[in-house]
Amino acid sequence: MNGQQPKFDNQSQVDFVVIGAGAAGGVIAKELSTAGFQVVVLEQGPYLKEKDFDHDEIKTLWHGALVNDWKKQPNSFRKTPKAKAKVQPAVLYGRMVGGGTAHFTANYWRFHEIDFIERSKLGSIAGSGFDDWPITYAELEPYYTKAEWELGISGEPGPFDPPRSRPYPLPPLPIKSAGALLTTGARKLGWHPQPAPMAIISQPYRGRSACSHCGFCEGFGCEIKAKSSTLATVIPEAEKTGRCEIRPNSYVRKIETDNAGRVTGVIYFDEKKAEIFQRAKAVVLCANGAETARLLLISKSNLFPNGLANSSGVVGKFLMFNGAGLATGVFEHELNEFKSVAVTRIIHDFYDSDPKRGFYGGGGIDTRFDVYPMGYALGVLPRDTPRWGADYKKALKHYYTRSMFTFGHTTSLPVERNSISLDPEAKDSWGLPAMRVTYKDHPDDLKIIKFFVDRGLELLEAAGATKKWAFPIGEQNFGVHLLGTCRMGNDRKRSVVNKYHRAHDVPNLFICDGSSFVTSGRGQPTCTIQALAYRAADHIARMAKNGEIKSS
Amino acid sequence: MNTEDVSRRLFLMRSLTGVSSAWLALRLPEIVAAQEHAHHAAQSAAPTKFEFLTPEQAAEVEAIAAQIIPTDDTPGAREARVIYFIDRALTTFDKDKQQQYVKGLKELQSKQKKVFKNSTKFSDLSPEQQIKVLKAFEKNPFFETVRVHTIMGFFADPSYGGNYDKVGWKLIGFNDDFYFKPPFGYYDREYKETQ
Repeated sequence: MNGQQPKFDNQSQVDFVVIGAGAAGGVIAKELSTAGFQVVVLEQGPYLKEKDFDHDEIKTLWHGALVNDWKKQPNSFRKTPKAKAKVQPAVLYGRMVGGGTAHFTANYWRFHEIDFIERSKLGSIAGSGFDDWPITYAELEPYYTKAEWELGISGEPGPFDPPRSRPYPLPPLPIKSAGALLTTGARKLGWHPQPAPMAIISQPYRGRSACSHCGFCEGFGCEIKAKSSTLATVIPEAEKTGRCEIRPNSYVRKIETDNAGRVTGVIYFDEKKAEIFQRAKAVVLCANGAETARLLLISKSNLFPNGLANSSGVVGKFLMFNGAGLATGVFEHELNEFKSVAVTRIIHDFYDSDPKRGFYGGGGIDTRFDVYPMGYALGVLPRDTPRWGADYKKALKHYYTRSMFTFGHTTSLPVERNSISLDPEAKDSWGLPAMRVTYKDHPDDLKIIKFFVDRGLELLEAAGATKKWAFPIGEQNFGVHLLGTCRMGNDRKRSVVNKYHRAHDVPNLFICDGSSFVTSGRGQPTCTIQALAYRAADHIARMAKNGEIKSS
Repeated sequence: MNTEDVSRRLFLMRSLTGVSSAWLALRLPEIVAAQEHAHHAAQSAAPTKFEFLTPEQAAEVEAIAAQIIPTDDTPGAREARVIYFIDRALTTFDKDKQQQYVKGLKELQSKQKKVFKNSTKFSDLSPEQQIKVLKAFEKNPFFETVRVHTIMGFFADPSYGGNYDKVGWKLIGFNDDFYFKPPFGYYDREYKETQ
């Protein structure tokens, strides 16, 4: 049966059920199955392949072919816990085998050493649950390296990068005009531009094709497997072991436990909404920083009245979205940013939080113009442009090839009231409580966004923009980076999982995805999610082999 | 593979002119497959007849669209056949906007009669008169719907019925090829030269 996807019987107890086939779930499924364990992966979305991808802006972006569908899975949103939440879209995530790694822009920044120990260096911050991670950069470094080499990352270290044990496996992708302009502007300002690390292969790698520079990375699936999604990399490897079954269109309704407080398996709806119970010795929850928390809250029982693994009460809390400080510049000549990958150069001069600024925050800058024709014409022109008619058409013609954004990717502080919870009224199409999002940026989060908008405008000026303008800054009510809702920690009263991603309350439940984050990083979480996943899988496999995971 | 497939494949290989790297030789089958897929989809777009709009309604909507993206020295919404996109949208993913079109055209009609008393059809007005009516009408939600549909129809994949001959993409300088080589634009070309 080697090399073929097995079909496990629901009644037989498999070693692991992994919930979610995204950035973390794909890695963990591959690691556990290659280590010799039987793995069933439950993914709520479809199993699409390269032939299913295209460049169709209406199908993929307008109708959201690769992401969650708010008609079937409504969200509700409110700013503060006292307000009543209104049903409206609040989170976006990849809903398919491969998860967000299939459609992401593919920026692939490691965290720096400081990200794990900021609380110790800077002290506490009022109005936040700012804390150190229970692991250091040095502990995670081997797994960053493993992720980069197994998945295929193109890049070149820059002056602010943390130490690394191996170089990048692939050289950077060719520079684009926005990267060249970033370099010119940054050097004039005394900053230090560097090539962007990207999860897109610049040369053929492990049987996959090099990038053909078609330009349809962000929001789209890659037709030639050049984007290093889990769909194109580790998931096929997991299937090749003959021990991993991917079950798409499987919508989990409950993680089931016994009277001893151990996980016994997972109840889910199949494509026809028939209820199925899959028994397992242990469960690894990787459903993303929003759905992971929601599922734990839904999986309550007599033994776990506040939701599974939630004796601390912090499941769903400390949600972080990251921030974005955006400006746009127009240049005399054509950049043609619609070609090739979104980002080729970045700036990390302002990565660290600087107490001299008077507030907490840091980030990185890139330049890009990652909008497709329809989205461009509907939403990105300067605000003084007429909305229709001859002058609108003139503007359409002028800006598309000559524009770029400066994009500051910024920190969000972990604020306890910012959270995922269950809406008391709204339900999803399966009759389960809808996800309720409560979110109001910490004042420092808005200040650091403003700081990066200003740096962006300086950069555009230095690069010679003929026209430039800033995007308005406002409180966020929508997130695509879903972080912090089941934070790692040594204190079981203030965290959900320990430093090995094992739930403090449930010895055969592991949780690993963006929910594990203690702090937000600088707006590029995927690399760290995957390094954590490699590390978690290593420890889970070790514990399972040593008989340390007792099932029911 | 039938003869037509072979000739299309050869055509696509030829259309990637000037490229003879080993890289492309290795990658070509996948790129050709992806490009064939897209081009096949685009071919199915030949407009036939209207499914929802009456010819009279279509003429009115097309006249509005033609003011949103007018024809000048380059093609506008009319040449892009945006009206076929709109008709198709109203029978597929935007079915629930059918009544807004029916009602909205009547509202436009009454607005028009306030501005130009003895006029009949919007599409019969002169371009200057049409602009005057639309300026008085642009706060109406129906106008916004037509505006969004027009822009979508001008820039969406041609397989949806609009963006005929890719005129929308040509206007802004977008190119839907599946393969590009550096340098991509003016500043990276210049950058390479000065390194």
